[in-house]
Amino acid sequence: MSFVLTEEQTALQRAAREFANERVPTTHLRALRDGNDAIGLSRERWTEMAELGWPGIVLPEEHGGLGLGFAELGLVLQALGRTLAPHAFLSTVVLSGSAIALGSDARQKHEHLPKIASGERLFAFAHEERRRHARHHIATRAVASREANGGFRIDGEKSFVLDGHVADMFVVVARTSGDVDAREGLTLFLVKKTLPGVTTQRLSVVDARNAARVHLAGVEVARADVLGHVGRGVEILDRVLDRATIALAAEMLGGIEEAFERTLAHLKTRRQFGVPIGSFQALKHRAAYMFCEIELSRSIVMEALRAIDANRDDVPMLASAAKARLSDVFLQVAGEAVQMHGGVGVTDELDIGLFLKRARVAQLTLGDAAHHRDRFARLGGY
Amino acid sequence: MNDELETFRRECAAFIEAKCPASMRTPLVREDEEPWGGRRPVFTHPDTKPWMDAMAERGFTAPTWPREYGGGGLDEAHARVLEDELRRAGCRPALKSFGLWMLGPVLLQYGTEAQKQAWIPGIVRGETRWCQGYSEPGAGSDLASLQTRAVLDGDAYVVDGGKVWTSHADKADYMFCLVRTDPSARKHEGIGFLLIDMRAPGITVRPIRLISGASPFCETFFDGVRVPRANLVGRPGEGWTIAKALLSHERALISKMRDARSSEDVSLEALARRYLGTDESGAIDHPSLRDRIAQANLDLLCNKLTMRRSEEAVRAGLGPGPETSMFKLYGTELSKRRYELMVEMAGFSGLGWEGEGFEADELVRTRSWLRSRASSIEGGSSEIQLNVIAKRVLGLPDDPHGRGRE
Ligand SMILES: Cc1cc2nc3c(=O)[nH]c(=O)nc-3n(C[C@H](O)[C@H](O)[C@H](O)COP(=O)(O)OP(=O)(O)OC[C@H]3O[C@@H](n4cnc5c(N)ncnc54)[C@H](O)[C@@H]3O)c2cc1C
Repeated sequence: MSFVLTEEQTALQRAAREFANERVPTTHLRALRDGNDAIGLSRERWTEMAELGWPGIVLPEEHGGLGLGFAELGLVLQALGRTLAPHAFLSTVVLSGSAIALGSDARQKHEHLPKIASGERLFAFAHEERRRHARHHIATRAVASREANGGFRIDGEKSFVLDGHVADMFVVVARTSGDVDAREGLTLFLVKKTLPGVTTQRLSVVDARNAARVHLAGVEVARADVLGHVGRGVEILDRVLDRATIALAAEMLGGIEEAFERTLAHLKTRRQFGVPIGSFQALKHRAAYMFCEIELSRSIVMEALRAIDANRDDVPMLASAAKARLSDVFLQVAGEAVQMHGGVGVTDELDIGLFLKRARVAQLTLGDAAHHRDRFARLGGY
Repeated sequence: MNDELETFRRECAAFIEAKCPASMRTPLVREDEEPWGGRRPVFTHPDTKPWMDAMAERGFTAPTWPREYGGGGLDEAHARVLEDELRRAGCRPALKSFGLWMLGPVLLQYGTEAQKQAWIPGIVRGETRWCQGYSEPGAGSDLASLQTRAVLDGDAYVVDGGKVWTSHADKADYMFCLVRTDPSARKHEGIGFLLIDMRAPGITVRPIRLISGASPFCETFFDGVRVPRANLVGRPGEGWTIAKALLSHERALISKMRDARSSEDVSLEALARRYLGTDESGAIDHPSLRDRIAQANLDLLCNKLTMRRSEEAVRAGLGPGPETSMFKLYGTELSKRRYELMVEMAGFSGLGWEGEGFEADELVRTRSWLRSRASSIEGGSSEIQLNVIAKRVLGLPDDPHGRGRE
């Protein structure tokens, strides 16, 4: 598949950039943050995006989606990344939506996917339990319930769930058998937020985006709410996490581009010693190096998105390559952006610090650079 | 692919089958087997010359050059088919030549009809070997400050001065050389592009030894050397323009020059397994080196993808994007990083210079590591590439004091 955008893709990219600039510019994030918004996400804006069809981009047409690919979804995420727009694409569409699309039976798909595509239902993917991303470390237990309905009883705590306090429903990853770090023995459940025993605690995170702790205390779920096969959740989980990792990398690419472009503009306009600061070679060379790193980042993100669409078996390797690189480059570029802005760079008045904050959170979400380099090596057999 | 290209593909495959000896379909590992040609060619392998001649006869050594000068006369699409087939069959390059890579393209662009007739066929057939006389002791990155003079005297230019770092000057038949034709003109305007026969009286060549132990380049001295006026390419003040056109060919080349000794083709993880061992899970038993290896492999992957992205953009008619300006910089810096790792992970075995006690490939790697340090200096240093990106791609302003030039 080609790196050259098709006409349709170019049009979508333009539409997404326009939407981001007009409907969810950085002032939108600030308004949610400074107004102490109850949920930190505008459902109104989410509905607007749904009207454009975006939550359904990768969902099949029979379930209300557009039936396009991740290459397209990536363009939208990249555009939203530029304005640091809060959105539910990761939680609802890519993590939970993919899990349902990949693993659910017809009934569950029919019930949830159209609601995801229409923007009516928000999901959260309750997976992480540790301080940093650990794919298969799941201590949350789901035990066959004593009642005769074949259901399960879930107990555990999830440490960092994107949009956890916003969601109407959860996809919960729990252990039905095996040791805490075993790949086998995991099961995915569809859990309504209103079930007894489900409580969420919103976390106020440095980038003002949404995450929550989710407690599951004796939550009774029916057999019909198992997503996929009992004990074989890893087959879905791995694919879902790879997709989400790549989607997040696409969003990060947008943030990187924006922070870099704003910095370039500053280098050309800010004058010191009677000349634009961008004429100083110490800054020029750092900017030129960043340019290279960003070009390489763009290539790996595009390749990884296309690999998902082509169902290639190097998706896991590309997901880790992309996330490792984008995590490092986002922190590097955002850090340099702050430094090259001088004093105003560390004020809240200027947006540039918001990119640094987002970089910090995004690099850790779904695994940081070290985690993914390790996985990249392991997948390479070394 | 259309039928016509498919027919050509079969034709290429048949040509290779018939003309490329099996030995020439093995990786080129030994430097002394490189096919440089020239008036005093060295062919240490008996099959090198026949392969070169077969390719030259079809013009396939210079596939896209016009037929009238001995080239292949192919368009880009056909040339790519040929390249694909050669790669698929694992063919060695039939001819390595500065004439092909650097001089030819600018001669085609700037040379007179007579000059093209005179010089290009010899380049295509590998009969003439060229060297590049740009750098001088006082003119490196700041090339335009060169001082070697060429004064017109009747039908000849008389050349006085000296060049340095001239690769293969001791083996070359001719030099394409930058000379100052007008000392009173402004720095960039008084330069000429002159073709000089290395047999001319008054030329002395002294090889310089590199840290890698090899002596691939020389100092070249000119003392009243007479060069026919007809050997000036372009107008007397046009040399700088031509030199810059040539440099872009050179940079593209250094970044994509791939042969069997290229750092890209070495599996870092295979070396790591050999030197560092693996733990029970199969991971390389040295966490920090393993992390750096993963990083180097990851960056190599991203760099290759970027090159592919760039090629696709060109093919789609979008022209080379800004990313092309980074390939020389990133490619050479990455290659240095990979050689550092190769030497580092070998421990004491990575320190061998010559003789007993080291494997042959270890000794080669020591030299390659040292050679890799030159790649980010030759053909415009990394710092100069950064200047180019900052100015041409990012549009950052010039330093008013003149520092940071390309
Ligand atoms: C292996 C090899 C083969 C070569 N082959 C040839 C050949 O065939 N023909 C030929 O003519 N030349 C050849 N060269 C010469 C090569 O082009 C020069 O070495 C190169 O242009 C750098 O010039 P210099 O060595 O004088 O270094 P200098 O220009 O003195 O540079 C020294 C240091 O200063 C830095 N620097 C210089 N200017 C700037 C600036 N404006 N901003 C920031 N930093 C700067 C450089 O990056 C470098 O780090 C070869 C060199 C090598 C290493």
